[in-house]
Amino acid sequence: MGFFRNMFGGSTQAPSASGENAVRIPRRSTGFNQFTKAILRPDGQRVLDLGSTSSSNINFITGLGHKAYNEDVLMAGNASRLVIPGPEEGSKTVDVARFLAEDLQYDAESFDAVLLWDVCDYLPEPLVKPIIERIYQITKPSGALLAFFHTRDAGAEAPYYRYHIKNEETLELQQGPHFQLQRVFQNRHIENLFHDYNSIKFFLGKESIREVLLVR
Amino acid sequence: MGTTKTVAAEFEVNGSIPMWKSRREDEKPFSSANPQPPAPVVPASTPTSYQPRTVETPRMDTYRADVAHIGKSVIIKGELSGSEDLYLDGEVEGNIDLRNHNLVIGPNGRVHANVHAKDVVIHGKVNGKVMGSDKVELKKSAVVNGDIDTQRIVIEDGAFFKGAIDIRKGEAKVEAARPTVQAAAAAPAFSTPAASVPAAGASSLAEKK
Repeated sequence: MGFFRNMFGGSTQAPSASGENAVRIPRRSTGFNQFTKAILRPDGQRVLDLGSTSSSNINFITGLGHKAYNEDVLMAGNASRLVIPGPEEGSKTVDVARFLAEDLQYDAESFDAVLLWDVCDYLPEPLVKPIIERIYQITKPSGALLAFFHTRDAGAEAPYYRYHIKNEETLELQQGPHFQLQRVFQNRHIENLFHDYNSIKFFLGKESIREVLLVR
Repeated sequence: MGTTKTVAAEFEVNGSIPMWKSRREDEKPFSSANPQPPAPVVPASTPTSYQPRTVETPRMDTYRADVAHIGKSVIIKGELSGSEDLYLDGEVEGNIDLRNHNLVIGPNGRVHANVHAKDVVIHGKVNGKVMGSDKVELKKSAVVNGDIDTQRIVIEDGAFFKGAIDIRKGEAKVEAARPTVQAAAAAPAFSTPAASVPAAGASSLAEKK
């Protein structure tokens, strides 16, 4: 644990009971830099942020002259109202139909760009594919999607971070509410998951993160 | 009684309340046969050296005297409009229209309505469109499902927001900055993100920690 803590910035401040920590760790991001270039022009684009609510992100997006949308899908996907009995006795699963009926409800091809961050790694398994499909539907042709994925080196206890945009090439990571890392995608899995997209670029980020920029 | 008079005189002279009783007062035994006058009521604004642990509460103590107040047990269904500031800690279904006045939705406030006010500060829950002609603030306990349309927005860490944000540039600001805007019109509005973002950050949004 100490090793991973050091890798993520060496913060010694204990997280709060909810797992949140006010410390922000700056990190350069090539993937985000490329994403920014993709959405730089023209003004008035619609950008959907699927991470935690961040005023920095809203500030950055609206500062570019775009309209910012925010929906915390990880929080929504883990809501207790979505938990239903699973197929096996005593098991539990997520009500995917209800999630899709109540969340990510936008018209088709609404968004020019989507920020998914590393949400996929923490989502309950039944929601991953439906959410990726829904994101594809609501993204415009040629729209950009930025997603992060942990590598196996991150370890099972990799903490969940909220991503705050500092500038066009730097992100700030702030330890967010406690979510368990659910899986680690291989490159092949990622390509399969986003097979409908026209292009996919991988950037090896720091701290055991792969950054993926997709164009619909 | 002589002691009591002395203490009362201290209040009048100093204009503040001593934190500890004086020795003379301490020595005086309590007796129901010798009733004390009621302790003076301490105004909320009276400064004292003792500061209790800060609890996150809306800034309504200073407003209370000159704003309308809707308590947490009040439920309103329908149109709510007015020409004074409003603190809302109850439930409203309908529309809220205060135009040039401020609205604070308290921690117990539940609003299923479109909201239109000058400054909107949200501690509670809102389902509906929020229009703050000047500023919208989402405190850390805020849960907002709906679009926000404003000139400036402040979102505390921990606030939940689902919807779209449209940051409008104020007419007054445009008027004041017109010569500059015209001068800059020949150049691209966003030649580099580095040039545009900090400026917008400084004017449109401040993040509280």
